[in-house]
Amino acid sequence: MKATVLVRPKPGILDPQGKAVEASLRHLGFAVDDARIGRLVDLEVDASDPEQARAEVERMCAELLANPLIESYEIELTEET
Amino acid sequence: MTEARVGKRPGRPSEPGLKSASRAKPRVAVVVFPGSNDVADAQLALERLGADPVLVWHADEELPAVGGVVLPGGFSYGDYLRAGAIARFSPAMRAVADFAADGGFVLGICNGFQVLCEAGLLPGALRPNESLAFVCRDVSLRVERADVPLLSGCEVGQRLTIPVKHGEGCYFADAELLGQLEAGNQIVLRYDADNPNGSLDDIACVINSEGNVMGLMPHPEHAVDPLLGSSDGSLILGAIVERARERLLAPA
Repeated sequence: MKATVLVRPKPGILDPQGKAVEASLRHLGFAVDDARIGRLVDLEVDASDPEQARAEVERMCAELLANPLIESYEIELTEET
Repeated sequence: MTEARVGKRPGRPSEPGLKSASRAKPRVAVVVFPGSNDVADAQLALERLGADPVLVWHADEELPAVGGVVLPGGFSYGDYLRAGAIARFSPAMRAVADFAADGGFVLGICNGFQVLCEAGLLPGALRPNESLAFVCRDVSLRVERADVPLLSGCEVGQRLTIPVKHGEGCYFADAELLGQLEAGNQIVLRYDADNPNGSLDDIACVINSEGNVMGLMPHPEHAVDPLLGSSDGSLILGAIVERARERLLAPA
């Protein structure tokens, strides 16, 4: 089963990378009000049951992939065809 | 496990930062992660301050008989994911957590501070510098508390000159955690007028609620010799040497 984890800086957390990208986009003439940069983790999870896979990925997020003080995360699961 | 070496070693003059007249050289561990790059400076500084530094490899599951632990600066595991996030799972860190839980003194410098935060041994998180630039220069620090074990050589209000060199030193705590830190007097050093990284409330150094674990972004090990501009770092590293000495000499 494939899983994608999106990790984002929480609202209110200073994101200097996002600020720099926002400034560059404006410099290029784009009308951008805000840019925030997170992280995307693609995983191949060894689980057949989506429930079990989600529970595993939740644990991965809590233990390593995200720091709950500063980051939020979303998990997407895709069944292989 | 060998006993701590507390025998006399002649020939070394006493150094500033040490209050005790004892000649015992307490062993202090310096944990080496892949990517740690301030190991030699930490080792040298501890030696100069009268300790017997022992290097502990990240894969070691036990600490030797030491009285204190220093987590040095660098880029452990390449700073992948988040600075300190991977190092926290190393076997040596489990041993450090046990040591801290037993009241042992642990000092995290720069990347070591990041590792302690990620490991949950210290509160808060360190984010990329507000400027996005790597900063490398001397900063002035204001001592907020001197009644904590690892700042016993300082005085409240004292200014210390110690260099920083980091890309991710912007300390963050949410409003609730900041309230707890203030209520518990856990913010012990602040940047004085010149905040190099955008850290919340100019926070440079925090301790855990028990006071035996301390982390800071500036590098005391780079400031132990006036020839290099400042020896104020001796006040901080000297304190962990003293605490290590007391711990090793204390009856079990």
